[in-house]
Amino acid sequence: MIDTEIFLDVRNLKKYYPVTAGLFSQHVGDVKAVDGVSFQIRAGEILGLVGESGCGKSTLGRTILRLEEPTSGEILYGGTDIARLDKKGLRALRRDLQIIFQDPEASLDPRMSVGDSIGEAFIIHNIGDEMERREKVATLMEQVGLEAEQADLYPHEFSGGQKQRIGIARALAINPRLIVADEPVSALDVSIQAQILNLMMDIQQKFKLTYIFIAHDLSVIKHMSHRIAVMYLGKIVELAEKKELFQNPLHPYTEALLSAVPSLQSKKQERILLRGDVPSPMAPPQGCHFHTRCHKAMPICSSTEPQLTELQPGHQVACHLYT
Amino acid sequence: MQNNGTILKVTNLKTRFFARRGVVRAVDGVNFALKRGECLCLVGESGCGKSVTALSILGLIESLQGRVVDGEVMYHNLDLLKSSPEELRRIRGREIAMIFQDAQSALNPVFTVGEQIIEQVKLHLKMGKKEAKNRAITLLREVGIPSAERAMDSYPHQLSGGMRQRAMIAMSLSCDPQILIADEPTTAVDVTVRAQILDLFNELKRNREMSLIFITHDLGVVSEIGDRAVIVYAGKDVETAPVSQIIGSPKHPYTVGLLDCLPDFAKVVDRLPSIPGATPDPTAPPSGCPFHPRCAHVMDICRQQEPKQVVISVGHSVSCHLYNG
Repeated sequence: MIDTEIFLDVRNLKKYYPVTAGLFSQHVGDVKAVDGVSFQIRAGEILGLVGESGCGKSTLGRTILRLEEPTSGEILYGGTDIARLDKKGLRALRRDLQIIFQDPEASLDPRMSVGDSIGEAFIIHNIGDEMERREKVATLMEQVGLEAEQADLYPHEFSGGQKQRIGIARALAINPRLIVADEPVSALDVSIQAQILNLMMDIQQKFKLTYIFIAHDLSVIKHMSHRIAVMYLGKIVELAEKKELFQNPLHPYTEALLSAVPSLQSKKQERILLRGDVPSPMAPPQGCHFHTRCHKAMPICSSTEPQLTELQPGHQVACHLYT
Repeated sequence: MQNNGTILKVTNLKTRFFARRGVVRAVDGVNFALKRGECLCLVGESGCGKSVTALSILGLIESLQGRVVDGEVMYHNLDLLKSSPEELRRIRGREIAMIFQDAQSALNPVFTVGEQIIEQVKLHLKMGKKEAKNRAITLLREVGIPSAERAMDSYPHQLSGGMRQRAMIAMSLSCDPQILIADEPTTAVDVTVRAQILDLFNELKRNREMSLIFITHDLGVVSEIGDRAVIVYAGKDVETAPVSQIIGSPKHPYTVGLLDCLPDFAKVVDRLPSIPGATPDPTAPPSGCPFHPRCAHVMDICRQQEPKQVVISVGHSVSCHLYNG
């Protein structure tokens, strides 16, 4: 169930990390982790963000929640610009926007019982009394497939998959509307991955949530998302409905990514092998960031940067092949 | 003694770690045979014992406080488990080489890539300095490193992740090993680089007379590179078959489950089939078949008796009571 209403409108968002050097910490450059990203997401939608390590997908997710301070740009949610909220406004906002982290091991406090971890948000946001909180924690634990009696146990007593369930329960605690899921299954074994993906699908439908789903694994992204944004070196290079993106990839990078997925099919399609590695985000190539590895590069690509343009309704791509 | 071109035969290998919380049965009876020139994949989830199997073969387990308590690893006519440290040192790196998952931590950060390869070549092949250097450059070219001369003088941190992985592969090939053991060599790299590395392995397979043991958790990778696969669960081999059969007609419920729960790239489903529960605690494995607490086809006998290996067809064997009798 996807509304037509725009839920979140991200406009030209940038996040630069300054790089300093020398005795007086002179500013010598920036790592442009997120470099001018714009997209909209509708209520009830799952937007997949996919790209290789260092492409800025996690930073983008964290910046939208203001876990990182944006360098510039707007993040419009309802009538407010998240990028400009003060501390008090942010606290109220966190009731609506939550995050699930990649590593459940690192995101849970080892010295807190999981019940306390899940219920912490109720205390912060002043919800209910002690009895009500315990009840709510019990309900949450059952919703994510754990048992209420396990609330008094500590994180080390749970397996990786169970820990990720606890992370999901924490994110759900205060009925958020949007969850940024940052590589929620990449630390898990395949047999456990499927359990967690199913759980995330179920709660998305049950609570009518909106997800920004970040992953590097295209099969996982394809399974979860309605629309998919492909990122490369801090920019969105292609954005389309899932079906459209997989059937009709336009950007050469998307093509290469799709063909790089190891498949179980015995008949292999011709693989597009990219040259080299992703360049350093501190010194991205001139022009189109991808031209150094592109198998369709033209002279213009090394000089002028292509803009993200809508080629067909709902299908955006940033590539000189189409201009 | 070895028939049908078997170069390495692992029989009933058992490796334990003696930890404070109990005895960890990391490898609990693994069997497989590696044929000359083939790529055999050891497949399983984390903690199933696939890496420990490799380290046990190479006699590297004692430095990790583990001990091989039973089994046999026959390499030609030599039981590696009974070999002296000197014999093992001669074989390790020269005849059986290994590549680790994380090239970053497997390479020495204070020596250049060239120095590290030259050291190995000089040690094992008794080459002079000049000869060793030329060999190192040839190797770096073979693994697809552009401007190999420059890479020789680079320190590991100056190379990108993909290039470091290639440098490590070059190093492992330096003595023309008969067997190369690669432990998750594509796990720590990005998808596009993974495709390049897999491509390189396929090329090495074609161009060299070498057997490959490829350790991975990714069945997609297995289908790209493997000739045969051994599925490992809780320290035991539960199914062994040619890759086409593992993927086309898997027999063990665990293999079936592993394949089912991969999000299929070709079709869209609402829910993914999943395997309930989690892998067992290696200090207290379940009785009978180790997979029975998670198995959809569990029978009474599975809880009591460990299944014997059954041959389904030529080269395809499975350890499961469903196929017994």
